[in-house]
Amino acid sequence: MTMTRRGALKVLGAAAAGAAVAAPAEARTARKNAPDDLGLLYDVTLCIGCRACVTRCRDANDTAPDVAMIVGAPYDAPIDLNGSTLTVIKQWGEGLRSGFVKAQCMHCADPACASVCMMGALHKGPRGVVKYDVDRCVGCRNCQIACPFNVPKFQWNAASPRIVKCELCRHRWVDGKGPACAEGCPRAAVVAGPRSELLAEARRRLAATPEAYQGGIYGETQAGGTACLYLSPVGFGPLGLPPLGDEPAPSLTENVQQAIYQGFVAPAALLGVFAVVAWKNHRSAAAGQEDP
Amino acid sequence: MTTVRASPVGGKLLTPFVKVLLVLWALGTAAGLYRFTQGLGAATAMNDGYPWGIWIAIDVVVGTGLASGGYVLAFLVFILNRGKYHPLVRPALLTSLLGYGVAGVAVAFDLGRYWTMWRIPFSPGLWSSTSVLLEVALCMMAYVLVIFLELSPAWLEGLAAGQKPERAKLASRWLARAEKALPFIIALGLLLPTMHQSSLGGLMMMAGLKLHPLWHTGFLPLYFLFTAFVMGFGVLYFESIFSSVAFGRPLEHRLLATLGRYVAGVIVLFLATRFVVLGVEGKLGLVVSAGRMGFFFWAETVVFLLAAVRFLGQGEHGRPDQQLQAALLSMLGGALYRIDVFLVAYDPGNGWVYFPSLAEILITLGLIATETVVYVLVVRKFPILAGVSLPEQRTVPVGLKQGVTP
Amino acid sequence: MNDIGSDMIAELETKGVSRRDFIKVCTMAAGAVGLPAWAGEKMAENVEKGKKPSVIWLHFQECTGCTESLLRTSHPDLGSLILDLISVDYHETLFAAAGYQIEAALEKAAHENKGKYVLVVEGAIPEKDNGIYCRVGGKTAVETVKKYAADAAAIIAIGSCASWGGVPSASPNPTAATGVPTILPELFKARKVITLPGCPANPHNLLGTVLQFATFGTLPKLDDKGRPEFAYKRVIHEDCPRRAHFDNGRFAKQFGDAGHRQGWCLYQLGCKGPQTHANCSLLDFCEVPGAWPIGIGHPCIGCTEQEIVFNVPIHTNLPIERPTAPMAYPTVSATKGEVSAIAAGLGGAVLGAVAGAGYVASRKLTVQVRKAEGEEKEKTP
Repeated sequence: MTMTRRGALKVLGAAAAGAAVAAPAEARTARKNAPDDLGLLYDVTLCIGCRACVTRCRDANDTAPDVAMIVGAPYDAPIDLNGSTLTVIKQWGEGLRSGFVKAQCMHCADPACASVCMMGALHKGPRGVVKYDVDRCVGCRNCQIACPFNVPKFQWNAASPRIVKCELCRHRWVDGKGPACAEGCPRAAVVAGPRSELLAEARRRLAATPEAYQGGIYGETQAGGTACLYLSPVGFGPLGLPPLGDEPAPSLTENVQQAIYQGFVAPAALLGVFAVVAWKNHRSAAAGQEDP
Repeated sequence: MTTVRASPVGGKLLTPFVKVLLVLWALGTAAGLYRFTQGLGAATAMNDGYPWGIWIAIDVVVGTGLASGGYVLAFLVFILNRGKYHPLVRPALLTSLLGYGVAGVAVAFDLGRYWTMWRIPFSPGLWSSTSVLLEVALCMMAYVLVIFLELSPAWLEGLAAGQKPERAKLASRWLARAEKALPFIIALGLLLPTMHQSSLGGLMMMAGLKLHPLWHTGFLPLYFLFTAFVMGFGVLYFESIFSSVAFGRPLEHRLLATLGRYVAGVIVLFLATRFVVLGVEGKLGLVVSAGRMGFFFWAETVVFLLAAVRFLGQGEHGRPDQQLQAALLSMLGGALYRIDVFLVAYDPGNGWVYFPSLAEILITLGLIATETVVYVLVVRKFPILAGVSLPEQRTVPVGLKQGVTP
Repeated sequence: MNDIGSDMIAELETKGVSRRDFIKVCTMAAGAVGLPAWAGEKMAENVEKGKKPSVIWLHFQECTGCTESLLRTSHPDLGSLILDLISVDYHETLFAAAGYQIEAALEKAAHENKGKYVLVVEGAIPEKDNGIYCRVGGKTAVETVKKYAADAAAIIAIGSCASWGGVPSASPNPTAATGVPTILPELFKARKVITLPGCPANPHNLLGTVLQFATFGTLPKLDDKGRPEFAYKRVIHEDCPRRAHFDNGRFAKQFGDAGHRQGWCLYQLGCKGPQTHANCSLLDFCEVPGAWPIGIGHPCIGCTEQEIVFNVPIHTNLPIERPTAPMAYPTVSATKGEVSAIAAGLGGAVLGAVAGAGYVASRKLTVQVRKAEGEEKEKTP
């Protein structure tokens, strides 16, 4: 039997339709924050830029200072989060309309970094923390591409590099201690606690002095909800926080991939069709009835 | 038509062209040593904002796109049953194998913890079902094996015709088995690239706001499949012209001529889909208002259109110059599109900049040089290129050989 | 016994030191070792009761600067206070006696207070050629230290010389001078050797240590070099009066320049404050405010640090042991990442070469095709 091109296309089309029926694309269910997920509430209006949080973080996590020469002397002056810096205080705005903003992992309810990680080196751990397990990491840095907040950092100059990011001081939990940054803050600009309590506190602050804030609570719904929440007097664009929607970051990718690969039905069907067509063509070619 | 058998090209190995490539290889190797002794931070310009540089964008993403020749040709010959293109299968598969090999080596350079690379295929217990990159990695690894099997007749024939009788006997036995298994292998060889070429685009869906809206869409997997097709055909054309010029082979231009309309069709379909999707997503205004990014968008579009025009304009007889231009333009368009998605249109925001470092460029050049040298070596020693593809062959103008080969 | 204590207070009062002053000094000493204020009162009480710790003070290779600085403390007369708070039973510099007489006094003191006295060592101990380069009373320094350390309740090495060798050990160290920890490794490991490096050591640190021992029978918490943490845990930089200038990037560039006259940070003049563990910036030397190198506008030379003082030139600065943040902040969108000009050039060249090769190849093919077509046309008619 000769397999014509039209015949082949027909089979392909039928198979594709079959696969589409067999595997209706179901939207994935987004992971949600639990009320007792550990998080941070950072209030820009209270931060004075003392960097006690940064120092405490260095001590608690034993990270090396990021030394830069400024006017001829060495300072610990990370310009952003990096391979040895889990939190940093940056400045937004200029002149009188300026202030500080703290950066650290947002601990998304549904994190993009964990979604892309090949072998689950980054994954959700207890109390909603996004954990990192170096033994499963191959150093592909896809998490850095995926994270909407540019949080995971890579040790570019290490012989055995790893991804570095805030893990809410989970190594201190056994001693009953929480995140060191919040512990060190002199003005309650960073406070740690269960997300539900942080949300309540944020709402209380908003209600008490509504004129002091703009833009609501960042992280309440953004990116499907994050355990770290921000309050700002100028909205969140000037702080360098991306204008994310309410969909979790992995939604698009996982929905598309799920639509294509669900249950591996479509690829299996395609493989079958390819095999059948190739086999028929191969046989006819062997019989010398090649398509002219 | 007589059955055309592939045969080794033979000839001198150390031509001046190969010598230049060997110099590039040496420079790349030196840069590679630097990367492995001094680390990624010292050797590359990659940073926390641009964690993927040209090793991923060019060596892997563009490289495997250009290595799609084997994929499109297998589709053409074994699925659409265009047996007349059969002589092109082996060289196309060889370039695919080399292209994917280069991608694999580039990944080894790029991975921060490269010594743990072997765990990826051997840790099924850890595999994350949501990771597109994992799918790409596993698919590519499997595909390299599959191409090797698809090519098995080539090297088995070589062994079967060899001097040592025992080896020849074994080879001919396996040759028969390979022939039987071929349809299934071919099917795999079609499924795997369909999966991972589309998933390469899928990778950048996760970049979200960091990828410019002109490029960011849920259709990225489809677009990458389109560009894989276009680049695959481009490479097919290019390779056929290159081998005829470099090795004095007869031109396959007539054979290729009839393909032109299909390739042009795929290009037009791709561009049309892109514009329609942009319209549906409400981003059409960006094509004029996006500034610098708009320029890159239009550069891709224009290059693709020019390629389509050249593919159509080569005529029934296939003018080799038009074919070469079509090939170069389609490869350029695909490469541009893919580099844009992975680097140019990717902006992590907040002040990050990236331009490849010297070592990154040298290693990339070194890998390409190695690939080319191996290709030359293999076609000279193994039956890859078809002896004579068409009865009414046209002689190659003498000046051509001297003109293009360095 | 009680009489002795009362006598002492009375004697002090005749010198113009009131009981109140006395308690004040004890309280200050207690504060220096991180003890509560009532500890000072307890110390004063102990002294009044005559429970003064016995001290044997040995001198070896040194300049006697530590003793001198102890004696030269100003009002209130801390030197005599210290000497009154402790019972110095043997001290070569202070003793009027000499020769066999003083050696006999040493033997007697060691015998009477066996296991209870505090041995203070001032000066380095030479080890070369069996220690013949320092002999007192016919015995080498090594022999003397080993002998009296064996029966001591605690050993205090005062000054950099006794702590790790000091000046005598400076390169090429002709006598192989070293400190007490090297001579008494077992006792050092047993945390019985306290080092108080400094050139000279701050007398307050000695006082605090001795008084804690006398009052509570304990020794202060020591670091791995045997230094009391109350004095040597932090580096000078951490509590430097010029620190604000450092944080703001205001540096004296040379002696006498505008910045130097304004009291700016001395880091660029070679100050070793950021690496030097000592409490100079917290505890005035000999009671005189500002009487220390940084206070008078000279960079710290790192006199307490073996690796620094005689090994790094005075005006060479070192990396900071624990860098701190400058008084400046990165902006949200500070430029991060670099573009190398060479790489950009090479990248451009490669792109140009590829484009050029493509163009040339396609041109050549076009020419060839035209020629071939022309030839065919000529043949056909």
